[in-house]
Amino acid sequence: MQKLRIIVLAKQVPDTRNVGKDAMTPEGTVNRAALPAIFNPEDLNALEQALRLKERFPGSTVHVLTMGPGRAAEVIREALYRGADGGYLLSDRAFAGADTLATSYALATAIKKIGDFDIILGGRQAIDGDTAQVGPQVAQKLGVAQITYAEEIIDVTESRITVRRHIDGGVEVVEGPLPVVITVNGSAAPCRPANAKLVQKYKRAKGRQERTEGEPYAHLYDERPYLNITEWGVADVDGDTAQCGLSGSPTKVKQVENIVFQAKESKTITDSDADIEGLICELLAAHTIG
Amino acid sequence: MNNVFVYCEWEGTAVAEVSQELLTKGRKLADTLGCKLEAIVAGADLSGVESQVLPYGVDVLHIFDDKDLYPYTSLPHASILINLFREEKPQICLMGATVIGRDLGPRVSSALHSGLTADCTSLEIGPYEDKKSGKSYDNLLYQIRPAFGGNIVATIVNPENRPQMATVRKGVMKREVVSPDYKGNIVRHKVADYVSDTDRVVRVLERHVQKAANNLSGAPIVVAGGYGMGSKEGFDMLYELAEVLHAEVGASRAAIDAGYCDHSLQIGQTGVTVRPKLYIACGISGQIQHIAGMQESGIIISINSDPAAPINSIADYVVVGRVEDVIPKMIKSYKQNSK
Repeated sequence: MQKLRIIVLAKQVPDTRNVGKDAMTPEGTVNRAALPAIFNPEDLNALEQALRLKERFPGSTVHVLTMGPGRAAEVIREALYRGADGGYLLSDRAFAGADTLATSYALATAIKKIGDFDIILGGRQAIDGDTAQVGPQVAQKLGVAQITYAEEIIDVTESRITVRRHIDGGVEVVEGPLPVVITVNGSAAPCRPANAKLVQKYKRAKGRQERTEGEPYAHLYDERPYLNITEWGVADVDGDTAQCGLSGSPTKVKQVENIVFQAKESKTITDSDADIEGLICELLAAHTIG
Repeated sequence: MNNVFVYCEWEGTAVAEVSQELLTKGRKLADTLGCKLEAIVAGADLSGVESQVLPYGVDVLHIFDDKDLYPYTSLPHASILINLFREEKPQICLMGATVIGRDLGPRVSSALHSGLTADCTSLEIGPYEDKKSGKSYDNLLYQIRPAFGGNIVATIVNPENRPQMATVRKGVMKREVVSPDYKGNIVRHKVADYVSDTDRVVRVLERHVQKAANNLSGAPIVVAGGYGMGSKEGFDMLYELAEVLHAEVGASRAAIDAGYCDHSLQIGQTGVTVRPKLYIACGISGQIQHIAGMQESGIIISINSDPAAPINSIADYVVVGRVEDVIPKMIKSYKQNSK
């Protein structure tokens, strides 16, 4: 049976689904400190598909690739807890301010550095941008086919993969070649929880930026190499800084505004029978209803 | 050269509505810029497609007709756009923020190294000054979209790279025929000149498309529920009200995240945009992301026990009370007073 080399693209994102009042400053900018950083939800769906393939094809490997600041190593630990074999953190000031195109350039460059792969999986989109662009852009930069909005990987043979995917108003089953980039939709199976044994094994796994001088257990990192999360900068992946970060981004943010809606003069009524009847009669008389 | 292009989605027998909405927007942008509007349709059995495209004010229609172009797969359609754009050098390219547009757009933008903005809610033309380089630009496309989960609105520009690409969701732009017999040129391309055999590697084995289970985007009356409905059972009340009013049921993201109803009912920036003549918001607090998807409704009624709920500021009528008290009273009162 074949062994698949799988790379999962994952992103640490601010939890924009639970934005409280304190998450926005009075000036209308985002107070990132007030938002917890989480594993992008659809990237977890992607990780689950990868782990299922690893179970079906023993000897397959699953590695996670993420880009972000030092603390984004948390995403890799989370993946290790669930069964991934290892991870890579792309972290460099030169990557900062990247739009989707510069992000996909950085990821594609890192993937080339990692080496040959059969399947790249990632979430359909990240909840802080909702663009769904990075997956297809990575596929284009690697010159491989793409299957987006995937719900389930049905089958993998020597050189072909069959995937059920979501389309507008339905589903379709497509068959494509390997290697391939697949983005996974939130309607796919949820990710398994962390495994207690793996948490024990990997809880001290750290990236270079997370290490501190005089930390306890420092000797562990020499004794157990798997606790060292690989961290790469632009130079490590032979990247061209002009194509990274802000300078590699064709899109520029002209302005950012807080949203202000035109307030209307509204009529406030109570929940008494008379008030509600009055409202219904008003709507009927205006032929808004009826 | 340097015209506005719209990629039109072919749904098997007709051009997608969202594409016609974008043609209408594209016509306006082209008028502002003083250039032509061009459309691309790639699909199979496209005879007669011009009558669905030209009336929206299209000056040039590019047709790619080949059995492998329908159902849609990424690579052939991407190659068509990439190669055509290398020849035609459009300044703007618009496509639907559909599953197809969101699959195709990024692949094309990556190949052409052009900027792409997803899910724009507004498109305008204006100047831009790059403070860093000191360069100024005229007539850029302002790609305006919600960002950060819908909590802010960002205006994005692509100063240096072309085409300036944007996707827009269905229902966000209005669809308007310019003239039923608008005269445009039709160019039928030889598909093999644009698509190589290696592009034809993904095959669609099966396809099940159902007619949408709801007609939210076109409904004249929408009854929408939020987290305040309290439970899945609480939503039953909404279906009852919707039935007597001949309305469609929608929901806020909070209600969907709480599992009260299906994803397809979501109204808002990341869901469906609605413009009914009457919108009844039940137990919806009114997060920006929700309001952006329904603010153009004719009459808005908000039923909420919190008199300070944000949605109340855009409502025409605010009923302060618990949904479980108010909705049954509305149903009863409607039954008594309608003939």
